[in-house]
Amino acid sequence: MEIKILGPGCAKCKTLDKLTHEVVEKNGIKANITKVEDIMEIMKYGVMSTPAIVIDEKVVLKGRMPSADELKQLLTK
Amino acid sequence: MRNKPKMKSYKWLLPIIFLGIWILIYYNLQSITNWFIDDVLRLPQGNHLTEALRFFIFEVPKVLLLLVLIIFVVGIIRSFFTPERTRKALEGRSLFTGNIMASALGIVTPFCSCSAIPLFLGFVESGIPLGVTFSFLIAAPMINEVAVILLFGMFGWKVAAIYVGTGLVIAITAGWVIGRLKLEKHVESWVYEVKAGHADGEEEKIQLSGRIEAGYTAVKEIVGKVWIYIIIGIAVGAAAHGYVPESFMANLMGKSTWYSVPLSVLIGVPLYSNAAGIIPIVSVLIEKGVPLGTALAFMMAVIGLSLPEMIILRKVLKMRLLLTFVGVVTVGIVIVGYIFNTIY
Repeated sequence: MEIKILGPGCAKCKTLDKLTHEVVEKNGIKANITKVEDIMEIMKYGVMSTPAIVIDEKVVLKGRMPSADELKQLLTK
Repeated sequence: MRNKPKMKSYKWLLPIIFLGIWILIYYNLQSITNWFIDDVLRLPQGNHLTEALRFFIFEVPKVLLLLVLIIFVVGIIRSFFTPERTRKALEGRSLFTGNIMASALGIVTPFCSCSAIPLFLGFVESGIPLGVTFSFLIAAPMINEVAVILLFGMFGWKVAAIYVGTGLVIAITAGWVIGRLKLEKHVESWVYEVKAGHADGEEEKIQLSGRIEAGYTAVKEIVGKVWIYIIIGIAVGAAAHGYVPESFMANLMGKSTWYSVPLSVLIGVPLYSNAAGIIPIVSVLIEKGVPLGTALAFMMAVIGLSLPEMIILRKVLKMRLLLTFVGVVTVGIVIVGYIFNTIY
């Protein structure tokens, strides 16, 4: 699974990146996580509020920080 | 899933119980404070320290209670407004109507200055006029819910209403003026090359319980961040009840000096603080005889315009447009400051 964290480098985006790594590791999810900071790339997903999570090229969450539980649900769906 | 209906009523119930406790404490706060100061601590009445302490012990829970309640409600309201929906509402609006709507939506749409660029790009890309976009970008940070609550808590509803009203007027007119100046060519050219995807039609469906959850999250996030400033601010305010000598600030920003408004705005523009951090300073200024208009202008300048935000916006705006934006908003704030100093 391909996970992308979209965010130009604000505090929340970094926290989300960290949290995603933690959740993936903890649950043994096979995933490749990349952080997208380039604004042109971010805009391609039509996201106007960061941070956002893209799983396999689909935006699943934007504009807020999920809880660890919610994130786990998103990633194991 | 187990017992879903029960779960639901529980979600409903908790906020209502909280509200009951809230009302009980809020409306008895003065007597609780008096009881604590006079009967528990047995401090001598009328003493300066006692009264400062009474002020502090009364104000801290009062402002925190207001903050928790209103942030919770704002969190729920905001779950109805996403940037995507706001954009849709603004598409195809004419300049003046668009400016009014954008300013009003700027208050309720969740916004963080780190999202200013994607938001700007998203708006411009879908054809929303530059002036309308600016109305949003001016109103969103300036009319900040924490600022409004604190003004309400410390100076009463009139000052809070004045703040919201004038903030809206500035956002509407400044955006309108920028729109009329036809500065579209002063947006960095790469902005128009952005091909934004449209993830529309996939709005998250949020249940009522999800909205209540959003309220809790907002409280945790915002109150967790600003409570310390509020305690410091009120402590400063309590200490300033006669302790600080009539300072140079009041002379500098006093009513008699005609340049007090522009000066305080010029000091405020490059300064950056969150709304909670600036209130203590404003309360001291007013306490020390700085007129209301000057103090509000200073506050608007600090939270509405800031150096970090300008640096972010410089990526999408050419220097001339950026300076026009700052200039128009600054002039607007100065005018509002003068009007209030004349009225009050």
